[in-house]
Amino acid sequence: MSEDIFQGYKGKALEVLKKFNARVWGQVEIDTTRGLFHGTILPRAENDDDRHIVLKIKTGYNIGIDIDTVKNIKELGYKKAKYQIPEKEFPYSDDKPNVKLLGTGGTIASRLDYRTGAVIPAFSPGELYGAVPELADICNITTEKLFAVFSENMGPAQYIALSRAIGKEIEKGIDGIIIGHGTDTLHHTAAALTFMVQDLPVPIVLVGSQRSSDRPSSDAALNLMHAAYAAGHSDIAEVLVCMFGPTSDEYGFLHRGTRVRKMHSSYRSTFRTLGDIPLAKVTKNSVTLLKKSYNQRRRDRKVTILPYFEEKVSIVYYYPNMQPDIIDSLVENGYRGIVIAGTGLGHVNKPLYPAIERAVAKNVAVYMTVQTLWGYVHMYVYDTGRDLLAKGVIPAANMLPEVAYIKLGWALGQTDDLKKVKEIMLAPINDDITEREPYNGYLVYQGGVPEVEEFIRKFRK
Amino acid sequence: MSSARITCCENLTCKSLCKRVNFSLLKVRHQTVYRDMMSDNNDPYNNWEKTKKAVGYVTREKAVQADYDRVGFRAGLEVHQQLKTKKKLFCNCPAGLYNQHDDFDAEIIRHMRPTLSELGEYDGTALMEFKTRKTIIYRIKNETACTYDIDDTPPFPMNREALEIALEISLLCRLNIVGEVHITRKQYLDGSIPTGFQRTAILGVEGEIPLRNKTIRLIQLSIEEDSCREVSDIGHVRTYQTDRLGMPLIETVTYPDFVNPEEVREGAEYIRFLNRSTGKVFTGIGSGREDVNVSCRGGTRVEIKGVAHNKWIPELTHNEVFRQWSLLRIRDLLQKKGIHAGKWKISHQELGRGFGFTHEPLVRARSEGDKVMAVNLPGFKGILSHFTQPGKMFADEVSGRLKVIACIEKPNMTHTETWEPEVSRDHWERIGRFLKAEEDDAQIILWGKEEDIPTALETVEERCKWAFEGVPNESRKSFEDGTTVFERVLPGPDRMYPDTDSEPIPLDDDYIEKLRKNLPIDVCERYTQLRDWHVPEDTYVYLLKNNLVPLIERINKELGIDTRFAGTLLGHHLKHIEGQEKSLEEFRYEKIFELLAYLKNNHIEPDLAKKMLPVIVSHPRMDMASVLTTIKFKKVSRDDIINRIPFLLKKFEEIGISSDPEARAGWIMGELRRFALGNMPLAELRQTVEDYSRKRKKETSPSSRQ
Repeated sequence: MSEDIFQGYKGKALEVLKKFNARVWGQVEIDTTRGLFHGTILPRAENDDDRHIVLKIKTGYNIGIDIDTVKNIKELGYKKAKYQIPEKEFPYSDDKPNVKLLGTGGTIASRLDYRTGAVIPAFSPGELYGAVPELADICNITTEKLFAVFSENMGPAQYIALSRAIGKEIEKGIDGIIIGHGTDTLHHTAAALTFMVQDLPVPIVLVGSQRSSDRPSSDAALNLMHAAYAAGHSDIAEVLVCMFGPTSDEYGFLHRGTRVRKMHSSYRSTFRTLGDIPLAKVTKNSVTLLKKSYNQRRRDRKVTILPYFEEKVSIVYYYPNMQPDIIDSLVENGYRGIVIAGTGLGHVNKPLYPAIERAVAKNVAVYMTVQTLWGYVHMYVYDTGRDLLAKGVIPAANMLPEVAYIKLGWALGQTDDLKKVKEIMLAPINDDITEREPYNGYLVYQGGVPEVEEFIRKFRK
Repeated sequence: MSSARITCCENLTCKSLCKRVNFSLLKVRHQTVYRDMMSDNNDPYNNWEKTKKAVGYVTREKAVQADYDRVGFRAGLEVHQQLKTKKKLFCNCPAGLYNQHDDFDAEIIRHMRPTLSELGEYDGTALMEFKTRKTIIYRIKNETACTYDIDDTPPFPMNREALEIALEISLLCRLNIVGEVHITRKQYLDGSIPTGFQRTAILGVEGEIPLRNKTIRLIQLSIEEDSCREVSDIGHVRTYQTDRLGMPLIETVTYPDFVNPEEVREGAEYIRFLNRSTGKVFTGIGSGREDVNVSCRGGTRVEIKGVAHNKWIPELTHNEVFRQWSLLRIRDLLQKKGIHAGKWKISHQELGRGFGFTHEPLVRARSEGDKVMAVNLPGFKGILSHFTQPGKMFADEVSGRLKVIACIEKPNMTHTETWEPEVSRDHWERIGRFLKAEEDDAQIILWGKEEDIPTALETVEERCKWAFEGVPNESRKSFEDGTTVFERVLPGPDRMYPDTDSEPIPLDDDYIEKLRKNLPIDVCERYTQLRDWHVPEDTYVYLLKNNLVPLIERINKELGIDTRFAGTLLGHHLKHIEGQEKSLEEFRYEKIFELLAYLKNNHIEPDLAKKMLPVIVSHPRMDMASVLTTIKFKKVSRDDIINRIPFLLKKFEEIGISSDPEARAGWIMGELRRFALGNMPLAELRQTVEDYSRKRKKETSPSSRQ
């Protein structure tokens, strides 16, 4: 098929372009009822209307021309843009650790996609070095692009492929692994990898960015440097999420993959450890431990890969007046596991009881977590809780709802025996359930309080 | 070198020199015997004077159009104007609220990295700013900045109130209005915007504004978010406050159609008046700022940034065109020396402790552990001290870049051609040998933190290499004295990138036509109106600047008061009072209408307004009756006033200073004005006085006595 010379144009706008023999990347003069316009015709985003032609004028700005005003279009030249991050070979030095960057489609390096008008990722060691040359001071990096999907499209198939790829890299003797990932479901993947890749000898660091790397203030480069340092130099051989600590360009946190959650839709410092403190602080050239116990780096190449996942698992976020048919329909559709995010200490209303009974009777695993996110499920305090326990709902302690969902999928992927599933679910893996909650594991300070304001003024957010 | 000039500061030559040159420089000149060792030709100051002459520099007072034609003066304007909206452009923070720079709730640190443009290019400025490795600190006050401002939340839809005002102004500029507004990101890596780019959009292209003698073409008008205000910029740390950030701003860009400095100012004024004629723009300090692009024939577009006052424009553009002209001469000189530009490079050596300096900044640098470097510039003798701007030489171009790019605070260097020697001749000779310098070379000593030295050396070489080509593309910061200093490499269209966070906004014909119908009257028509009303010409700037012509029109229409009277009242009296009286609170021009309406309703002559104005300006809330009491106004009937004339006529004769009828009428008017002001028109009173005076003359003339 020949190249699309009308990229993104459709309907009436396409007709106008055809009528005047004009094409995308053509340098044109457009005569309209609003006067003359000069510029280069740009592709149009697919979801935009068919009433306008996009023009890049000589000052570099883009404008739209209303097709109803067009009297004539004259093509004076043609110049297609080539978008390329300058590639430079990534330098290798013997005294630096070898780190593998596995790409899943995050925005560590990205470029413009004219089809959607959004940014799409670009990725190769050369491009990476061209964009973040400081990486070469930290470690030797090789890359492999496993898939190119946005974070929200990551799922069990990708978790399994990732865990296998990690296993292979460890076998080959890598010193650390970075996984570039979109941020929306970064914590789901982190939990999945914690369960699927156990007894790790090296750090596995998941990293993303809250501002795409096509922005000068992007957090991508710094996050990547932090991740590279953590993967290459840190002693923590666990699945970690490495993202900004404060919103300032200062340091990152290394969060345990089982206790971390995205807490703000757009902040840079969106990832927080819940119910505990982060494992460590990380900068371009240091890792400072905040917790004392962790799984230490080893020289051996042993690792256990458990690549299992049952897809018929769901989270039900309870709300007042939830109807029992929500549960019923999951059961009818063949779901084998349900994680409830209950209110308070782990509650749902009475009308749901029969539906829960029906589910349990049909051998569906039902686990209770809390939508308060902080704190433990505690079903003995109120009658409701005791009733639910009696009906076979299993409390999942202080496991985060998303982590419980991943873990239940992973457990059901291994066995149909719900007793075994329960054993797997309630046996803590890397703090997905903790025995105790430290007093500083819950800190959501409120602005306006003079002491808090003083703190914020003194220490950068 | 004339020894007289140095040895005696009472000497006439020296005094006249004082006037010409920066005094502080001269002060040092008196303390030295430096020049005794040098011939006239080698003296840097003489060289500076000589090159200034060779360039053909004239002061602005003496410059005529032929001078500007000779150097090929060309200039264009980018006029920025804040729009008066309640909220910011892409978020819901209040617009127009300012905080003190030390009044903040939190600070945030960011660093900027260059990214590719839409067409896949890195921008020159971007790379320069990256080289500077600045840490940017933003000060945030919760009431004036939100998470959008500091780039932790995506943009909200564009403020429609702002868009509409900007479109009105676009229509007034006769621009071709776009069919769809596309929000674009314009990269700014200096940190002045936390995202690293400014969200901006073109509303119209190809317009024009009429000046007195010509029409100036406009390239485009854009709507954009305003940037942060800089608090400080020291070494590697630049601090900004975020109150102004995100306020709606328009930028009107002209073609380089201006051919002399005064014309640029006229253009800037016209655009300002046009913006203000809508009554929908902010008018305080900093609400309107100009970037002026200047070039000479064979030169390059250089942007003088952020000129806060239009009155500074002529001096700045004048000096800039001659700076460029000087740089072209430097290029020619280097060419004449036969130096191969492509092969030219600097050589350098670190100066160890063996070099003991007495120059204070060098001593301080040593004590702070700075690295001190000697740099040889082959063939640059006589170039470093070449004239560039009043009081400035080529070496200042290098020093300015060291400050900005290598982040080394000034003074950051000294050299072989300073007006006053800062390093002894012995030292220079030693350094020359150390660097294996030749007779025609010049040397620089620079100092700074070790990690800044590589960038510093690169910067020196880069700037000197530019000297072979002429005028580098720069953005320059202006000073009140009319000189400028390097600010950054001038960005090009490569820093533009579509904003993937925003939807395009269609502008249909119905909407544009609706706006067109409600536009204020053109500024050029306002000029004509004022002329037709015979309002004195020296009031125009004040009246247009404050958008007062509509008020004059209203006063005339609704109160039946003469336009010339109203124009003069505002443009002379009010302007004068505003310069003198301190208003306790904001004075509104609307108050003048109230005042004149009050007078009319109370059957008081409008003349009295002039006497009431000072009180009203300093106490805008005082009611009109109290103002009358304050100025001790009493109502007196017309007859009462006229009846006093015969008595005064007699009185004048008794005093008998003069028999001149003019003097007589004048004296009587003086006596009566106090009662008459407000009670009857003064012109009418004068007429009556003259009538009486004539009558009286007849009565008392010898013939009538007989």
